[in-house]
Amino acid sequence: MAISNLRQSDAIPRKVLIGAGASYAGDRVEPATDLAAKGKLDYLVYETLAERTIAMANVERAQNPEGGYNGLLEDRFINALPHCHANGTRVVTSMGAANPAAALRKTVEIIKRLGLDNMTVAAVVGDDVLKYCRDNADTLTIMETGLPLSSLPGEMVSANAYLGAESIVSALEQGADIVITGRVADCSLFLAPMIHEFKWNQDNWNLLGKGQIGADMVECGANVSGGFFADPEYKDVERLYDLGYPILEAYPDGSTVVTKLEGTGGKISRATCLEQMLYEVHDPSNYITPDVVVDFTSAQLEEIGQNRVRISGGGGRPRPEQLKVSVGIKEGWIGEAELTYSGLGCVERARLAEQVVRERLRIGQVELQELRVDYIGINSLHGEQSLPQEHPPYEVRIRFAGRSQDRRNAIKLGNEVETLVGKGPASSSLPRKSVREVLAIYSCLIPRSAATVRIIKEEA
Amino acid sequence: MKSNIFFLRELAHSRAGDKGDTSNVSVIAYHEDFFESIVAQVTEQEVRAHFGSLVKGAITRYELPQFHAMNFVLENALGGGVTRSLSLDPHGKSYSALILTMPILVSNNIAELLRTSGRTPIDMALLLRLQSVNRLPRLIKESIT
Repeated sequence: MAISNLRQSDAIPRKVLIGAGASYAGDRVEPATDLAAKGKLDYLVYETLAERTIAMANVERAQNPEGGYNGLLEDRFINALPHCHANGTRVVTSMGAANPAAALRKTVEIIKRLGLDNMTVAAVVGDDVLKYCRDNADTLTIMETGLPLSSLPGEMVSANAYLGAESIVSALEQGADIVITGRVADCSLFLAPMIHEFKWNQDNWNLLGKGQIGADMVECGANVSGGFFADPEYKDVERLYDLGYPILEAYPDGSTVVTKLEGTGGKISRATCLEQMLYEVHDPSNYITPDVVVDFTSAQLEEIGQNRVRISGGGGRPRPEQLKVSVGIKEGWIGEAELTYSGLGCVERARLAEQVVRERLRIGQVELQELRVDYIGINSLHGEQSLPQEHPPYEVRIRFAGRSQDRRNAIKLGNEVETLVGKGPASSSLPRKSVREVLAIYSCLIPRSAATVRIIKEEA
Repeated sequence: MKSNIFFLRELAHSRAGDKGDTSNVSVIAYHEDFFESIVAQVTEQEVRAHFGSLVKGAITRYELPQFHAMNFVLENALGGGVTRSLSLDPHGKSYSALILTMPILVSNNIAELLRTSGRTPIDMALLLRLQSVNRLPRLIKESIT
C-alpha cells in the first residue's frame, strides 16, 4: 500500500513532523537515515541545491543525459527509504537538480531493488528556463549589474527558476510518496507539506508567512542544531561530531517547534535559532520567497524545553509576481597556486616570491583580468582589515589566484609559481597548483508564465 | 585604571550569509543589557570603516529589538560574487568573525558584568597597535586620547 494511503482520514492533523535530512549537495548521509528510522516523521526533506550546484548539474547533464541529479541520491535513498516505507514517511527533495526525470527513474529502480512495494514517485519539472532566457536575453535584466542578459561575455549554460511550494503540493495531493524537484526555493520544500496537510489556502499570506519562518529555521539543516555555531568557551556545543539534524514540528496555526532526536549531539537554543533566522536574510520585514513575502519582525522565539524552541508570530504578504532565475555563465578560468615559507624571515621571503611572480607574469605577458595574492596566516580572508599581529608568524603560506578568459593564462600563473622552487627565494615547500573553469551565477526575474511546470508520476 | 573597551565578540555573536555579491552579517547580543551599546556603536558608518575595502557597495542595518539583534546587508562585498571571486572565502562566511573584532566601549556596570563572566577587555598593547593603524572606532579614539 502506498504510504500516502496510510492516512485514510481527511481530518487535519494536530501536528506534522518534518525532518531536515540534508542542506547541501554533499551533506552527510547517516543523520537523515537516523531521522527516518527514529524521528516518527511525516516528511523527510532533503535540500541539496546551492546557487552554483544546479549550474554545475546542468553542465553534467549536457555530457550525460541520465546524469545531472544529486550524486548521493542512491546512497541516501538506499539507507532511508526502507525506514520511510515502514514508518509512513513521505519524502520531498530537490535532489533532482538539473534532471528530476532521471532522478525519478533512478529512484524507481532503487525502490524495486529494495523490494519496497507500491510507492508513488513524482518529479516536478519545468524550472529549466534556459530556452526562454536565451530567447529573451536582450530584454531580461541582470539583477546584479542592471544590464541585459545578452551583455554577459560567456556562454549561458543554465537558467533555473526558483519554483515555490505549489507544484509539490499538487504532487502530494496526487498521492506521491516521494517528490523529486529541481530548483525550488529551499524553504518551499518544507512549506509544501504544511500547505498540503493543513489544507492552507495558497493565498492565506499570513499563514504561509508563519509557515515559511518555520521552514527557514530548518532549511539549512544542522545549521540550526549546533552546526557552524561552536566557538569554545563562548558558544559551546556538545558532541559537535554527532550533530542531530533538525525536526520541525509544524502546527495548523503556522507556529512551529524546532527540535532534534534525543541522544544526538548538537544544540537547539534561542541563540542557534536566531543565527539561522537571519542567515541569508536581508530586510527581515521583506524576505521574498516564491510563495509569500515573509515578515520576521513580529516573530517570537521561546525555549520551551531542552533542545526545543517554539516559533510563533510573524506574517506574510502576497507573493511576488515574478520568479527569480539563477543563470549560469561560463566566464573563463581561475588558476591557483600556493606554497609555504617558514622559519625566520619567512614573511620577507614570501613577499619576495610575490615580487618574482608579478615580474615573471609581466615578462611572459600573461594577461589576467584579476590577480590576487594572499598571505595565509596573516591576512588571507580579511586583507588589510585583519587584526595587526605583534610578532611575525613562524610560517606563512602564500597563495596566488588569477582569472582569465583564456585557459592558457590560468595555467601559466600556476607554472610561474611552480618555478619559484629552485628559482625563487630560499627554503619553501613545494607548490600546489590547479586550474578550474568559472561558472558564474547571475540572477534575473521572469514572469511566472515563462516556467511551464508539470508533474511526472510513476508507480514503483 | 580598568579599561572598558572590549571586542564585540564579548558582547555578541554573529553569522554571515551570502547571495550573489551581497553578504549579510548578523549581530546578536548575548544579553539584553548589551544591546544599547551595540546599537549605538555598531553603526553603518563604523561597519563601513571596519570592513574597509572589502565592501564596495551600500551598507544597510536592520534592527530586530525583540531579539536584541541586528542584521547588516553589505553590497558588492564578495569579490564580485561567490561564483567568480578569487577569495579563499568567496561566501564571506568568515565576515561574522571579522565583525566581532570591532572594539566597543561599555559602561562601568557592563564592564563589571563582563569581567565577572570571565571576559577580559582588549589588551592595551593591542589597542595601541589598532590605534597606530587607524583601526579604532571614533568613540573609542576620542575616549583614549
